[in-house]
Amino acid sequence: MAKISGLGGRLYSGETSFNIVENRKRWYSISALFLLASIAALTIQGLHLGLEFKGGASYTVTKPGLTLEQGREAASNFDIPGEAIVQKIGDDKIRIQTGALTPAQATAAENVLTSTFDVPAESIDTQIVGPSWGKEITKKAIYGLIAFLLAVMLFLAMAFEPKMALAAIVAVVHDVLITVGIYAVVGFDVTPATVIGFLTILGYSLYDTVVVFDKVRENTKSVTANSKQTYSQAANLAVNQTLVRSANTSIIALLPVGSILFVGAGLLGAGTLKDLSLALFIGLAVGTYSSVFIAPPFLASLREKEPAMQALAKRVAARGGAVAITEDKAPQTSVTRGPRNQPKRKGRK
Amino acid sequence: MSTPTKTVKTSGRPARALALLAVILLGLVGTALIQGASSVKLGLDLRGGTSVTLQPRASNDSNKITSAAIDQAVTIIRQRVNSLGVAESEVTAQGSGTNRQIVISVPGDSGRRVVDLVGQTAELRFRQVLAESSGLAGSGLDTATPTVGVTPVLNARFAALDCSQLANQQGTGADSPSETIVACSRTGSSKYILAPAEVLGQQVSKASAGIDQQGSAGWFVSLSFNGEGTSAFGALTGRVTSLASPLNQVAIVLDGLVVSAPSINEAIPSGNAQITGSFTQTEAEDLANVLKYGALPLAFDRGEVQQVSPTLGSDQLDAGLLAGALGLILVVIFSVLYYRALGLVTVGSLAVASALVYLLFLVLGEAIGFTLTLAGIAGAIVAIGITADSFIVFFERVRDEAREGRSLRSAVENGWLRARHTIIVADMVSILAAVLLYFFAVGGVRGFAFTLGLTTLVDLIVVFIFTKPLVTLIARINFFASGHPLSGFSPKSVGLKGARANTSTTTVEA
Repeated sequence: MAKISGLGGRLYSGETSFNIVENRKRWYSISALFLLASIAALTIQGLHLGLEFKGGASYTVTKPGLTLEQGREAASNFDIPGEAIVQKIGDDKIRIQTGALTPAQATAAENVLTSTFDVPAESIDTQIVGPSWGKEITKKAIYGLIAFLLAVMLFLAMAFEPKMALAAIVAVVHDVLITVGIYAVVGFDVTPATVIGFLTILGYSLYDTVVVFDKVRENTKSVTANSKQTYSQAANLAVNQTLVRSANTSIIALLPVGSILFVGAGLLGAGTLKDLSLALFIGLAVGTYSSVFIAPPFLASLREKEPAMQALAKRVAARGGAVAITEDKAPQTSVTRGPRNQPKRKGRK
Repeated sequence: MSTPTKTVKTSGRPARALALLAVILLGLVGTALIQGASSVKLGLDLRGGTSVTLQPRASNDSNKITSAAIDQAVTIIRQRVNSLGVAESEVTAQGSGTNRQIVISVPGDSGRRVVDLVGQTAELRFRQVLAESSGLAGSGLDTATPTVGVTPVLNARFAALDCSQLANQQGTGADSPSETIVACSRTGSSKYILAPAEVLGQQVSKASAGIDQQGSAGWFVSLSFNGEGTSAFGALTGRVTSLASPLNQVAIVLDGLVVSAPSINEAIPSGNAQITGSFTQTEAEDLANVLKYGALPLAFDRGEVQQVSPTLGSDQLDAGLLAGALGLILVVIFSVLYYRALGLVTVGSLAVASALVYLLFLVLGEAIGFTLTLAGIAGAIVAIGITADSFIVFFERVRDEAREGRSLRSAVENGWLRARHTIIVADMVSILAAVLLYFFAVGGVRGFAFTLGLTTLVDLIVVFIFTKPLVTLIARINFFASGHPLSGFSPKSVGLKGARANTSTTTVEA
């Protein structure tokens, strides 16, 4: 722990520095690769949609000693088109899933179950979803997504600057696409709870990006005035300075999400908790990556195109000094304790 | 943007902020006591019950989906559900404008009945029978001598209609009152060609269930018509009574299905009628209720029906609470390991935040009927991360300032000024997400969005009037100010290697 804490200090002063912004082409290509893979998986394989999106019915009967065969037999007595999927959950549960049913078919199926297994109708956990319901919730989710992106863009443009808003949104879209892509590749079920997860990732990923950008803004405020660093260098320092925080935040966010995932998948089998936390878990990981490796470099790319920043870069190159900061200071500085390159600090003390 | 010049102003009065927090906490406890709220209201997925989500659908051109029609439907469905007499049933429209769903939640085990009751449009019509035959496809081809108003097209549809299929035994409410239609009976045993409707459901003034003690009719529903209905029904019965079978029958059609089609032996001018049809007591009572409160102005598709048994409900509650506890413990362990004594501030802040959230759940449960669902619990657990993150942003900023060589007290004040901006902007984004999710979503998502938004707000409150004042206070304590190795502010953990570091600690390593 102490070593990590010490790292925070070295990152802050610029003693140790990762060239994150400078190497942006590398991160761009990695992300481009992932994005392409995601889009390919989405178009070729598509998402594995859950019951709520396809329409269908799911009955869970709880009774000690139930066997899979009994479940299959009961399901074969359903007066429905298509095949029913029968699963055994835990010791005493059977889940039967069917395609979309009319209300009359659903009632009939429930009657078959109550009479076959001799259980009251109330003890059967039932979920029946109409065939058009999925379209409705998908529509709502997409409206919500668009409204959210617009609102956040406006808000960030006001709170920070328009290019930061754009970079943040690019990072968010990147996160959601890759997360959804992972779902397509692995074939996890997408349920409304998963969608909640996806939407929450938007908030989380932005939150992370906001914290980094706040520091970038602070570091770059007077960057053109003192001509010591290019915009990219100042942004890179900000990313490094917030690196410990980003790591800590991600760990602290993943701990509760991980415990929901553990409990949801381990104890309940399937359902809201598992679906939600799985989406969050993947999304958070991608979100942390993007708030460090995509959003700030992308912002720097945007800003470096401005004539003022290009002029600044030329001035800094002419001085030839500042670039060395990030490279010359090797870890041995802790032994030699050379003079730190920010002399004004003494004055403020 | 705040400027460091305000330092002196904000450092003052930490005690006052803590007192404010105490007032808020006591106020919430007091409110909860006055309301008599002793436990958080749980959603159906945590205690068992049935929820039905209905999606409005325009059944024909004449009834468009309007906001007023949805409001009216909610009122009628609420009356129907209340007629069941189940406590704490709830009927709400979720969404905005015409793009709304109606969500019905009924706790306990009356699920099946609710589902049947609320989905019915209950469009009642009385139509003269033009032709009748057994319900199978192909039957009725030769018996159906073309009557007035029966086109060859309709005749062919009548012949093809197979009432033994379940899909055709399902009420749709889509029959247009001004047209001649083909329809199945409720049981599927017969099919009919029916003349345009002459008496409509809205002309019914009273409806009640009764039992025929002597006869074999069993449970029935008695109807009384209003003035208009009485004369229309009198005219209809008077006209058909002398005709040959099946033209002397009047079909009672509910949601497009024939409930019964009795032969009329004499004109009925009294304005009373009975519907028989081998009902059980429950069916008769429910039908009477449905007719009494009127037909829904819209047809509805069942979007989702979810029935959770009490066993599954309590399992889910346990799992949610376990996950929450586990998440909290892990976050606490991490904070203390990383931030040492400062981590205890995190622990304290999380405890205060949990207390506030719990009290708000209590109070809001009584005030606005807030119920905690599984998705809501997940939202609250996820928010642990967001809440703890505010502290991290703050602490890291304070450390940054300490690295600049400030004393702890001034580092806390300067760090706070900078962290404050970050925390507010970041939390605003989170609240924005929650508010939009809440308005665009339906069902479980709303529960999630609500708790997420609420806990983010609580986070803001806690950071401002608990965490910051507390850190200001402890910065005055020597243990922290001198940078004790366990304080979380030791020069080593901050990464400061200046003169102060050498005097305050003997360990020299990197």
